[in-house]
Amino acid sequence: MSDLTKLSLKAALDGMNKGDFTSLELTNAFLDKIDAQNPKLNAYTLVTHDHAREMAKASDARRAKGQVGALEGAPLGIKDLFATKGFRTAACSKILGEFKPEYESTVTSQLWRDGAIMLGKLNMDEFAMGSSNETSAFGNVINPWQIEKKLTPGGSSGGSASSVAADLCLGATATDTGGSIRQPAAFTGTVGIKPTYGRCSRWGIVAFASSLDQAGPITKNVEDCAIMLKSMCGYDAKDSTSLEANVPDFASFINKGVKGLKIGVPKEYRMDGMPEEINQLWENGIEWLKAEGAEIVNISLPHTKYALPTYYIVAPAEASSNLARYDGMRFGARVDGNDLNDTYEKTRAAGFGQEVQRRILIGTYVLSAGYYDAYYLKAQKVRARILQDFTDAFKVCDAILTPTAPSAAFPLGQKQDDPIQMYLNDVFTVTTNLAGLPGLSLPAGLSKDGLPLGLQIIGRALDEETIFSVAGTIEAAANFTAKP
Amino acid sequence: MSIAAEASEPVFTAFKTARPDQWVKGVTGDWEIIVGMEVHAQVAAKAKLFSGASAAYGGEPNSHVSFVDAGMPGMLPVINKYCVEQAVRTGLGLGAKINLWSRFDRKNYFYPDLPQGYQISQYLYPIVGQGVLEIESDDKSTIEVGIERIHLEQDAGKSVHDLDPNATYVDLNRSGCALMEIVSKPDIRSPEEAANYFKALRSLVRYLGTCDGNMDEGSMRADVNVSVRKPGGELGTRCEIKNVNSTKFVAMAVAYEARRQIEILEDGGTIDQETRLFDVKTGQTRTMRSKEDAHDYRYFPDPDLLPLVITQEFVDGIKATLPELPSDKRKRFIADYGLSAYDAGVLVADKEFSDYFEEAAKGTDAKMVNSWMTVELFGYLNKNGIEFTASPVSAQNLGGLVKLIQDGTINGKIAKDVFAKMIESGDDASTIVERDGLKQTTDTGAIEAAIDALMAQSPEKVDEAREKPKMLGWWVGQVMKSTGGKANPAIVNDILKRKLGIE
Repeated sequence: MSDLTKLSLKAALDGMNKGDFTSLELTNAFLDKIDAQNPKLNAYTLVTHDHAREMAKASDARRAKGQVGALEGAPLGIKDLFATKGFRTAACSKILGEFKPEYESTVTSQLWRDGAIMLGKLNMDEFAMGSSNETSAFGNVINPWQIEKKLTPGGSSGGSASSVAADLCLGATATDTGGSIRQPAAFTGTVGIKPTYGRCSRWGIVAFASSLDQAGPITKNVEDCAIMLKSMCGYDAKDSTSLEANVPDFASFINKGVKGLKIGVPKEYRMDGMPEEINQLWENGIEWLKAEGAEIVNISLPHTKYALPTYYIVAPAEASSNLARYDGMRFGARVDGNDLNDTYEKTRAAGFGQEVQRRILIGTYVLSAGYYDAYYLKAQKVRARILQDFTDAFKVCDAILTPTAPSAAFPLGQKQDDPIQMYLNDVFTVTTNLAGLPGLSLPAGLSKDGLPLGLQIIGRALDEETIFSVAGTIEAAANFTAKP
Repeated sequence: MSIAAEASEPVFTAFKTARPDQWVKGVTGDWEIIVGMEVHAQVAAKAKLFSGASAAYGGEPNSHVSFVDAGMPGMLPVINKYCVEQAVRTGLGLGAKINLWSRFDRKNYFYPDLPQGYQISQYLYPIVGQGVLEIESDDKSTIEVGIERIHLEQDAGKSVHDLDPNATYVDLNRSGCALMEIVSKPDIRSPEEAANYFKALRSLVRYLGTCDGNMDEGSMRADVNVSVRKPGGELGTRCEIKNVNSTKFVAMAVAYEARRQIEILEDGGTIDQETRLFDVKTGQTRTMRSKEDAHDYRYFPDPDLLPLVITQEFVDGIKATLPELPSDKRKRFIADYGLSAYDAGVLVADKEFSDYFEEAAKGTDAKMVNSWMTVELFGYLNKNGIEFTASPVSAQNLGGLVKLIQDGTINGKIAKDVFAKMIESGDDASTIVERDGLKQTTDTGAIEAAIDALMAQSPEKVDEAREKPKMLGWWVGQVMKSTGGKANPAIVNDILKRKLGIE
């Protein structure tokens, strides 16, 4: 039998439907590969061998009875931010220690409902704060591309992206607060979508910045992304910000083409000092869409330059409050001190990494009396302007095309000491989080060094369909077949 | 997302000057007390404000706790619509403006009984705006106390410090229960008014059914803001006395705190703005934390929740089901039953009293019912420490007793004996009267015979009475005694007068 792990999600589902192999065989193939490769990549922080095999057997039994869910028998990796009942959920932070929740996140529940298999928990930046997966309490993840160079897979969903790129799962859950799905997807030659805010329930996902956090899949191709997204989203009464919206069959839009679609190209995304190869990639994307009958429209998103500073006020503010619950009192690690405040300080100093502490301090500062108006309130106003920019732009176009990240994957350690450089990774992606809009990244070419580069497609709220049409067209035109 | 409501950050001004009889005498002259109160009333709801866990009082520690209440990672709040309804209902009961757009904010601080590390509350945009509550002043007159706002918020858990000298235990049963914080304007001018405000508010929420008003279980707690000033002068610095949980303690706390502040000011000192605690053992207040230690709560809109938007139809629907409110009922009792303002006030103060009264007064003398209820029944219950709801005499039976007095079946004296038997047996009055043969004698022949017999026995007293008509009382007493109290006193009176020749 050929290497089952190299199959796409769709191909694997088809293979099981045809009876070519069972879920257990497929699952075992992935577990073997994880055992062999994970020590090099560090993509998984927990591999649930026995649980995966049990799930696979149960899936095969269901299939034998004719019960076949949309993801029946498909082995997936789960970002460590998702609560998985009975399995360590640490958000890759020391402060959660060996925390095993007594509940399962809505998104993963839906995957299991549709027949998927959990292979294990995936590495990430601590509390999803980072763009290189270097802030994880479980150590770096290595990008499978040019593995000897020890490049970052991006972050925060570095484990998700790395495992998908290295065929250590058919697809992975991820989350995106400022670009944490799309930038790692771009760095690893995979496809990732952050859907419209409210599409996926946040219930059971460890919160970073509630108004920005959104779950989504990272997969090997656009079709897999559409299939997995369909299972992940849907209204959930347990999340007050969940949207009561119809969930379409996203995959059916992939081959619809782009004829007659207006594609916006924002001039503000042409940044000074951006590598020529990124510009070239963008031009290629424009030409491919034009060739398929799309109309290119030059648009302006004038408040783009304020997006990153706005993000770095809003996200830390919410995080400083969301992370207050990690106080060593009810779960996770506690370091006892002389009194209550001392215990809090010692616990949180020992439990949180440097980047998380930095953001908690920034967030606490911008919400403090006397600074709230100048920072938080101002940021909220700018955020409204950024949304208005998009609303205006979508009056003249149907989707927006941009690069996903300003560079290809960079070596680990290169930007770790310079938070500003690190934060700049998210310059093209944070805008959609601030505006709550869907954005997808797909690989569209290689850098001069042979590393994957991604293009981003941004759509109207709840219009993932158009994004998939554009993505399908670019995927076909780009014919990106390179592998790590 | 448009912000339909105006942010309300109250700026308090005390326009009203206290009546001179309320002033407090100091060495340097008179002082005026200014009080504003923030009352936390727990919403009488089965579930908590943002989780489905039971909001019932009691239960094993940490048995009414959902993952949300325990602040578990990834848990999210979902508003309990019933609690929203109760806040609106309370607002309507106070004649207040209902804000169709309100918002939940996070109040951030660290404490072990606050699992999320923040309390979800309504800081800038409360669900209920300005209203008014009528209360009784020291001189029994009715005054209005302005309501600034009511907002919904989560309660914290309970820290238990006295189980172990070296450890604090936390019970999260209360964590996340819905509270209405009812904020008054600084319209209160004396310890009595402060107590009466708390009492009237308790009465109102119990009428509305929005809070059980059970102070022992902490369902109602008051934060009392006290300052003093020269009558009508500049406002002084206020101190906030936290968590006072009875009307009596509210009055004591205000009186003590005002006196403390006056003494400091008269000694040339200044008042430090601080949070204080009322010690029920000493009747004194003491510093809990000073302004320097005040938390910076870093309020910001809770990103886990959408703004709370309700419709006018929703509000109107609640309005349609409002019961008669205490102030209206009081007016009705005065007009319809002819009760004094004071009596009406006593009955109306508790919905159970007024319900009982109205049931007992059906088809009988309401004033007499009031007097039997407030003097005899309350007297008995108070003396024996029995809850009103556990009264052995039902409203119907008390009404029955009054009816027997009214129609002359028994007289007032016998009625007291019958009442005592009713308490003992729980039987109704007519059963007891029938069984024990207590019916009043109106048989003039029998009464006349009894009088003749007595007159024959004591001729000297007959003469005495003819000279001193005041002796009539003594004679009535003798007749009643000889008839076992059953003779109709009016008839006895008439016959005696005739026979003794007294006019």
